[in-house]
Amino acid sequence: MNGDALLDPLFRIPFAAGLLLALALPIVGTLLRLRDEWLAALGLAHLAGASGLVGLAAGIPTVLGAPLGALGGAFVKSFGRFRGNTVYALMILVGWAATLLVAANTALGSAMGHALVEGQLYFAGRAHLAGTLVYVASTLALLPWMIPVLVRTRLFPGLEISDQRSTQRWQLGFDLLVALGMALGTSTLGLMAAFALVFVPPWVAFQRAPHWRACLTMSAGLGILAYVLAFAIALAWDQPFGPTLVAVLIAVAGLTIFQGHVAARRLGPPPVSS
Amino acid sequence: MTQTLIVANGLVAGYAKPVIGPLSFSVGVGEVVGLWGANGCGKSTLLRAIAGNARIFDGDLGRPPGLTLAWQMQQPVRLDEMPLDGHDYLRYAQAHRQAPPNRLAPWLDQRIDTLSGGQFQLLAVWAMLGGQCDLVMLDEPTNNLDPTGEQLLTEMLQSQQGRRAVLLASHERRFLDEACSRILEIGR
Repeated sequence: MNGDALLDPLFRIPFAAGLLLALALPIVGTLLRLRDEWLAALGLAHLAGASGLVGLAAGIPTVLGAPLGALGGAFVKSFGRFRGNTVYALMILVGWAATLLVAANTALGSAMGHALVEGQLYFAGRAHLAGTLVYVASTLALLPWMIPVLVRTRLFPGLEISDQRSTQRWQLGFDLLVALGMALGTSTLGLMAAFALVFVPPWVAFQRAPHWRACLTMSAGLGILAYVLAFAIALAWDQPFGPTLVAVLIAVAGLTIFQGHVAARRLGPPPVSS
Repeated sequence: MTQTLIVANGLVAGYAKPVIGPLSFSVGVGEVVGLWGANGCGKSTLLRAIAGNARIFDGDLGRPPGLTLAWQMQQPVRLDEMPLDGHDYLRYAQAHRQAPPNRLAPWLDQRIDTLSGGQFQLLAVWAMLGGQCDLVMLDEPTNNLDPTGEQLLTEMLQSQQGRRAVLLASHERRFLDEACSRILEIGR
């Protein structure tokens, strides 16, 4: 175990960049889950990974290259009028094939391909931190306006008839926010780590939270808790960050759901609704 | 004089081909109008046409510019997991024009995915009625309701008479007779 690494100033910037994403991505994931679009996050992450590598081959840093693919995916999703999960499955396949082909045919691509899959948090620099700061600040600023529109259009599709243009703008805005989040997440934390932050905390919160505000808070809280634990474990025991974060998220999720079942048994069966 | 919100003259509506019509009718502010007819006669298609979601083949359908609509389809959206309580549900529906009926109050603190089908149906109807929209359209609002639930729904709709326009489609004639100020018979 290497406890000194936890206090090394070298890791402060990566830690801060990842922490900001651990706050924002679970909240974005909660809205994706409400819209039944969580697979979109995995599709966009694959596109972000692929375009990050293609960009790298052209001399563009991943923090700039990754958003291009994700934003392209978001536009295809928004304007392509695809139904169901087909478009997301295609994004995953296209991104996966492109990532591995670029990685196999360039020396730098090979190293970065591994880093994207394993999670290369410790290489996050000032550009990643600046990008995540702007992203998280914009997301938190937009959410109070965006959430009511997204919830309303999901649960009450007949209520927005008179104002469809405004609704469509917010939905496109959300798609772009997801794309940027997945691009930053993929280039900062790694592909599967970013997806796990979008998927796992909302999955738990949807089961356990008593109301919507608690669901958002629980998602963000679980994301941050798992991230801090994973950061410490990966540094102290010299483990790859991405798989460590995914493992910790799943462990925290399992414990939280188990604790919920135990609490529910203690309280007894719910009152019968008529 | 009652302000007219919807005017149909010889309206023929449908999708790939006509389903309903020709129909001529109007709906004014303060009216609770029932659409009655057998299953498959085109009641839902008429509501869709008013909402702009069905094709108009012939005739006119007039509505004032800026008319706001709340349209509850036959099956209100109910997800397997909905981490919202009743307060959240009504808040996001913007149903704050009126306080909900007392009978709904005990359900507001529960997650809506724990409500029974009838409780959720009544909450979903109130989400439409409690808002600011000029015209509320309800498609088969008695779905999942037992006689007690139907009675509460009738009271909720009767309380709207003289206050706002409601257009509701149902195949239950007795319910429409009790809840509506006027009934349009479709398919005759």
